[in-house]
Amino acid sequence: MNIPAEYMLILSAMLFFIGVFGFFTRRNLVSLLISTELMLNAVDINFAVFNAYCQPQHLEGYIFSLFGIGVAAAETAVAIAIIINVYRNIHSIHIKKLKNLKH
Amino acid sequence: MEYTILILALPLLSFLLLGLLGKRMPHMLAGTIGTLSLAAVTALSYITAAGYFLSGRNAEGVFADIMPYNFTWLPFDGMLGIDMGILLSPISVMMLIVISTVSLMVHIYSLGYMKGERGFQRYYAFLSLFTFSMLGLVVATNIFQMYVFWELVGVSSYLLIGFYYTKPAAIAASKKAFIVTRFADLFFLIGILIYGYYMETFSFNPPATELMTAGAVLPVALLLMFIGGAGKSAMFPLHIWLPDAMEGPTPVSALIHAATMVVAGVFLVARLFPIFIGYAPEVLHIIAYVGAFTALYAAIVACAQSDIKRVLAFSTISQIAFMMVALGVCTGSDPHEGGLGYMASMFHLFTHAMFKGLLFLGAGAIIHAVHSNEKDHMGGLRKYMPVTHITFLIACLAIAGIPPFSGFFSKDEILVACYRYSDLMGMFMSAVAALTAFYMFRLYYVIFWGKSHYEEQLALYNGGESSHKPHKPHEAPFTMTLPLVILAIITCVAGFIPFGEFVSSNGQEYTIHLDKTVATTSVILALAGIAVATVMYIRSGSRMRRIVNWALHGPIVAAYHRFYMDEVWLFVTKKIIFNCISRPIAWFDRKVVDGSLDLLAKATQNTAALIRPWQSGNIQTYCIWFLCGALVIILALLYMA
Amino acid sequence: MDINMIIFGGLAIVMIVSALFAVTSSKIMRATTLLLFVLFGTAGLYFMLHYTFLGAVQITVYAGGIVVMFIFAILLIGKGSMDITQTSIRRYLAGMATALTGMALAIYLIMNTDFHSDKFTADGVDMKLLGNALMGTEKFNYILPFEAMSVLLLACTVGAIMIARKK
Repeated sequence: MNIPAEYMLILSAMLFFIGVFGFFTRRNLVSLLISTELMLNAVDINFAVFNAYCQPQHLEGYIFSLFGIGVAAAETAVAIAIIINVYRNIHSIHIKKLKNLKH
Repeated sequence: MEYTILILALPLLSFLLLGLLGKRMPHMLAGTIGTLSLAAVTALSYITAAGYFLSGRNAEGVFADIMPYNFTWLPFDGMLGIDMGILLSPISVMMLIVISTVSLMVHIYSLGYMKGERGFQRYYAFLSLFTFSMLGLVVATNIFQMYVFWELVGVSSYLLIGFYYTKPAAIAASKKAFIVTRFADLFFLIGILIYGYYMETFSFNPPATELMTAGAVLPVALLLMFIGGAGKSAMFPLHIWLPDAMEGPTPVSALIHAATMVVAGVFLVARLFPIFIGYAPEVLHIIAYVGAFTALYAAIVACAQSDIKRVLAFSTISQIAFMMVALGVCTGSDPHEGGLGYMASMFHLFTHAMFKGLLFLGAGAIIHAVHSNEKDHMGGLRKYMPVTHITFLIACLAIAGIPPFSGFFSKDEILVACYRYSDLMGMFMSAVAALTAFYMFRLYYVIFWGKSHYEEQLALYNGGESSHKPHKPHEAPFTMTLPLVILAIITCVAGFIPFGEFVSSNGQEYTIHLDKTVATTSVILALAGIAVATVMYIRSGSRMRRIVNWALHGPIVAAYHRFYMDEVWLFVTKKIIFNCISRPIAWFDRKVVDGSLDLLAKATQNTAALIRPWQSGNIQTYCIWFLCGALVIILALLYMA
Repeated sequence: MDINMIIFGGLAIVMIVSALFAVTSSKIMRATTLLLFVLFGTAGLYFMLHYTFLGAVQITVYAGGIVVMFIFAILLIGKGSMDITQTSIRRYLAGMATALTGMALAIYLIMNTDFHSDKFTADGVDMKLLGNALMGTEKFNYILPFEAMSVLLLACTVGAIMIARKK
């Protein structure tokens, strides 16, 4: 017996909204990045699940997941570079201190 | 007659040239440009007059109106539009002559009088502007064009009164003149609009059907227009600006506040005379009474003034009132029956412009010589200023109504017209004429006779009692005496012009003939006035003068203060109008009008303050709102599905 | 009880608990480690779908690359400044309410939608097929996104160096 697709989707939805919750409540750039990774991960799961359960003869979801992982890697690299730079400039990565782009 | 456009164009060009480039010009160049352009205008005016009157009368025996130019300047709709153009009629041609002659004299005179003044070029630019406006006013083809130039005249008068703009009195006087005449012009404008609305044209001779149907509105409109004219022509109680206007340079007073601009009101009434006589004779009666009262009032005040220019100013008011009375006493358009006053008024306008211009220019020469306006600083000047003395005397004789000088003839016609209206009016005006002779000769004697102020001061200086060496009075330079002589000659001969041949109430030829009774009485009265003045003023400190001063002390002081008319106006404006009307309006404006806008602004500000925190720049908050919005949209879609 | 079900249940519990702690823990290193558990769990899910290559990529890139980068960043910045101060209670509640509502809505939608998800086969993906799909130019082949991806990664590398390097 296979696991129903809905279970997988519910799991990914829960992961996604945990990520959302983290994004809303954390006050630190690295934590925000972690929350973002959680959301991206949940999306990747969704792609893979839909591919496996709905269109197994095609590879769209599979390859989208691959690319998603690649984009996540690139995004993380840039984000961490930015975070390091921010830290170098203002000696903090608390988002309350990041106000220069606000105006 | 196409060249008549040059009469308007030349002063305008001269104004633009002097106004724009005057600062770069040497004084004399600017003066020469202004004077030469004016000389050309004068020549053109005389050519126009000759051409107009020599072309002869038409089949109906009148000089037909000619319109060399007329174009629609501002079309409102199919029915109503404002035209601009040039209208030649007997009175406008006559006015062209008057204005250009006096203006030319003033231009020449100013070359000497204003020599070395700061702003000399500006002065000539303004003079050109004034001449342009005044000429445009008299050749206006319709009442709206007249109004446009009327206001232009007001502006140039304002500019010239305030020419010495560093003098507070001059600024106050210019503002006073502008505001008072502007206030009167408001009524003029309302009158014009009513007139235009009911006549469906601004022309001077609207269709008879419209005139008939307008009914009672027409007299109201004409009365409003007369109020505008009264403001410009300084009729009581709107006369208060004219004496103060003497703060301007004296040639300006001669040109604007004696000869030309102030008779604009008379000209206005004369221009609309056919309508007045045909449809609103009751307004003419009002004009007559207002004029008669003003004539008496101004004559009495003139007897008590000490500033010689103010005496002349009040004399001007009085003489203009004579012209108004002459128009007002008309009862018909036939000069042989009731329309004599029209011709008399225009005749007096003509002669008065010349001799009053002469008086002012003479006064200017005297002021130039003694550097003061006060009669106490003059006296005995006949030795020092012979030309001025003789010309001034001629003008005084003319205004007093002594034959054969021009004033006698025109004033005589006015008196005849008054006697035809009613004996009371005739006697009243005769009395005022006698008063005129008295105050003019009072002025003449205190200036040219009596003890010389200069000699007294010199004696004091020589005696060591005064450290200030007085300035010796001297005759004016040639540029100033020439206009005096020319105007004096005109004053001597103008009375013999067969004026009725050119101008009369119905346009028909009218031959002036003296009414022997009226002429004799008026001459006797004038001589009596002169005699009283001679007894009282030929020597300083005569006993008669002391007695009169003592007996009539109260009235003299009141007259010296112009019967407190200025104070009455101040009371009316400052105390009544400001407190009862202006303050509530200001309150309404500040609290209600501004308040509602403030409320609007405040509401916007408060709303902005309310929603500004939403724009926090905080990404997380934005995300929460974004997700909330997305959820709401999804829920709404679900609900609808 | 199916063995698959048990494995899935175990994975799911680990992932959700780890994720919850990852977003609430006040220690940054702990949060990162818990994130690593979630990523491993995800790889496990991929293995359960018989997507072994994808699972391997997940482990190498995410666990081996991204998390290591996180740890380097944390070490570079210094742990002391990273320890997490909590947000205000108002925002905490608002975030929780929104997230819970969204979660409930998503689960409701998933439960009430027929995905026609009955075609699951335990075949997995042939690597040759995958290679052809990534590098081919036919229909359902992905050479263009693949190349775009490579350019993106290059650009990111350059950009990251540019941003992070010392002046």
